[in-house]
Amino acid sequence: MAELLQLRNIQKSFPGVKALDGVSFTVRAGEVHALMGENGAGKSTLIKVMTGVHTLDSGEILLEGKPIQIKSPQDAVSQGISTVYQEVNLVPNLSLAENICLGRESAGFTGIKWKEVKERAERAMARLGLNVDVRRPLGSFSIAIQQMAAIARALDVDAKVLVLDEPTSSLDRDEVKQLFEAITKLKNEGMGIVFVTHFLDQVYAVSDHITVLRNGNNVGDAPIDQLPRLELVSMMIGRDASALESERVAKDPIQSTSFIETQDMGHSGSVEGVNFTIGSGEVLGLAGLLGSGRTETVRLLYGIDSANHGELKIDGRSASGHKTSKAIASGFGLCPEDRKLEGILPDLSVRENLTIVLQARQGWFRKLSRSKQDEIVQVFIDSLRIKTASPETPIKNLSGGNQQKVILARWLAANPRLLLLDEPTRGIDVGAKFEISALIEKLRKEGMAFVFVSSELEEVVRSCTKIAVMRDRKMVGMLTGEEASEEKVMSMIAGGEA
Amino acid sequence: MKFRQSNLFWPLMALLGILLFNLILTPGFFHVEMRDGRLFGSLIDIVNRAAPVMILSLGMTLVIATGGVDLSVGAVMAIAGAVAGCLIARPEGCILNALNVHGSIPAIIAVALFVALICGIFNGFLVSFLEIQPIVATLLLMVAGRGVAQLLTDGQIVTFNDPKFAALGSGSTFAIPNPIWLFVIAAILIGLLARKSAYGLFVEAVGNNPVASRYSGINAKNVKLTVYVICAVLAGLAGLIPTADIKGADANNVGLYLELDAILAVAIGGTSLAGGRFSIAGSILGAILMQSLTTTILTRGVSAEITLILKAAVVVIVALFQAPEFRARFARRRAA
Ligand SMILES: Nc1ncnc2c1ncn2[C@@H]1O[C@H](COP(=O)(O)OP(=O)(O)OP(=O)(O)O)[C@@H](O)[C@H]1O
Ligand SMILES: [Mg+2]
Repeated sequence: MAELLQLRNIQKSFPGVKALDGVSFTVRAGEVHALMGENGAGKSTLIKVMTGVHTLDSGEILLEGKPIQIKSPQDAVSQGISTVYQEVNLVPNLSLAENICLGRESAGFTGIKWKEVKERAERAMARLGLNVDVRRPLGSFSIAIQQMAAIARALDVDAKVLVLDEPTSSLDRDEVKQLFEAITKLKNEGMGIVFVTHFLDQVYAVSDHITVLRNGNNVGDAPIDQLPRLELVSMMIGRDASALESERVAKDPIQSTSFIETQDMGHSGSVEGVNFTIGSGEVLGLAGLLGSGRTETVRLLYGIDSANHGELKIDGRSASGHKTSKAIASGFGLCPEDRKLEGILPDLSVRENLTIVLQARQGWFRKLSRSKQDEIVQVFIDSLRIKTASPETPIKNLSGGNQQKVILARWLAANPRLLLLDEPTRGIDVGAKFEISALIEKLRKEGMAFVFVSSELEEVVRSCTKIAVMRDRKMVGMLTGEEASEEKVMSMIAGGEA
Repeated sequence: MKFRQSNLFWPLMALLGILLFNLILTPGFFHVEMRDGRLFGSLIDIVNRAAPVMILSLGMTLVIATGGVDLSVGAVMAIAGAVAGCLIARPEGCILNALNVHGSIPAIIAVALFVALICGIFNGFLVSFLEIQPIVATLLLMVAGRGVAQLLTDGQIVTFNDPKFAALGSGSTFAIPNPIWLFVIAAILIGLLARKSAYGLFVEAVGNNPVASRYSGINAKNVKLTVYVICAVLAGLAGLIPTADIKGADANNVGLYLELDAILAVAIGGTSLAGGRFSIAGSILGAILMQSLTTTILTRGVSAEITLILKAAVVVIVALFQAPEFRARFARRRAA
């Protein structure tokens, strides 16, 4: 296979961190090349170097054998390297077509030629095997379609190399399948595809070749069939992976008095008929496809939206006029689904992001002493292995997975009674996933309660004590004990027998 | 290297540049002398004249840090000045005559600041509870507020002769002019609030990401309400200075266009107009920088029109260097 894009001996430093320390990487035409590594290993940085976001400190880049310089993201695109970044940056209010062509609209004397824009967008979506109304606003489509739009945007220019940084972290199984079909199609057309993900199944399902990074160094480079899964994980984490086994939480009914009870709770148009109880020491999983009403249920519990029928009872009392401030006062916490929009305070430091919940609880005038803050932050940097140059680094400079760990830590530090986790392991590496599972299990045993939403069924089944299954914005069943198995949940999601 | 990236670097360089210019070209610029128990000289004069804008910029910094802006501070200055003037002079037919404070200076200041506080609650209510865009919400009071001040003074300049009140603007304490003291007290209070309590952190959090702040348990509405209240009370305080100085409440001119100077001071000081991180020291420096520029140009006898253009040029350059985008590009070019 012809070498399409080669990076040789790339060095890149940020103040206080050497993100890439002599990394080499080669993508060939007609291959899907997986780029693997722990959170903060340097994957996104390497991608940003090859797509012109960062300028490299030293090293060289060759495209089809010729040395090139990439001056800016536009420059990378015009040389044939297109990217979908980890944090999708599209405009929800504009139509799908406008988003695909944004900045490259076909314009004539009379302004933008909307008909042509629409046709171009349709053509690009069709290449991905999708037939949708491109005139609808982007925000009205599912995350999956939005993700596809970002890829279509990359295809609208004639790309030789397509780079995907964690494109699947918010997709469900069917959507991932759809995406992989599109990827395979593009690969067969001779495109070189770089794929970053933390899902091992997906790597083995779609990739031809794997490159592994650790701490900014190459630690592995092999065709997929020569790198078995356990070896890959060991390579990524730099120690023996068999230590990463974790037990499935017992599904025996928990003997605790429940402090939350919902009766037919719902909000017209978003979710209906939610019935469950939660008591201390319980982990309630919400399983279902994207858009099945899981996030909506979490929003009702946290008082972001208010239920307009049914009832929510907290400590036996009906919580009418429930709102976020009341939820927090009742001891609830939330790790939101969208890290960038609802989670991080981008310019504030890791320390401030991590202690903000505790400080908000203390109020204005009882400021946490600096030594107390430093102590708390150090505990979580160590226990969750948060990779940061210093506690004073702005959180936006952390890698995606490490940002997620900080958001989680801000609530764990506050020891809430009920913690709502909406896709808490999104973008988190294999090793850390197990550590977080173990941490949840430990806190559960100490009496904390959780609501756990994840698109990874395996994870839901592993860490939950009971599972509410959602389908089409309705709760369709509650599984406990031996019933709470992957197969059973799957068949209920698919609409099989209840 | 580290200091070069600080927000204070460029304004400080510009200020040093101006001082250096004067050191070489303006004789006696650095001369400070003691006369009648008060310090005199261009440097003292600059800080003294900058005091109202410095006081405004303290509050404006907090407002801008939450992602808002307060256009009404100039008008609130006029209102506070009018209230003080009327309480002292008690002009015929003024509604404030119903309130007789018997010329007590603390009472006059308290009433003026209280009226300013009401203005702040009005602004804050519009912004945080009715969720009106800050520019629009405060534009209301910017326009209407000056009208209110004119109503109080019946469109006249209400003059008075109260040496004790006048001393707020023109007197001195321990050789330092009183406006500077007023600023110092305000700056210490705001500094303590911003950095010794958690208030500053909440302001930055709300400005940086309001949704994430709310989900973390911060009462974003209260934070927004209070910044407008603080800003207005400080504007009230700033309004007393020119009123005392000219011994009269001039509703038409007190604080005119000063909201723009205050916003510029904040921008020069490196606080992003999009909200988030703020620097009070930067804003103070920004206010001093603009006043030094004005004083320098005036002492060199340049005409007023040119003054404005020169001022604009320096402000644009400093503001440009404060923009992260521009800095990144500049750094990249230097590296290449
Ligand atoms: N703009 C930046 N400024 C400072 N440090 C940065 C910046 N971008 C990345 N880093 C640092 O470089 C290292 C590598 O980060 P990178 O985002 O490449 O990791 P990653 O492999 O993509 O991780 P993840 O799986 O969590 O997305 C991290 O330690 C991160 O803190
Ligand atoms: Mg990344």
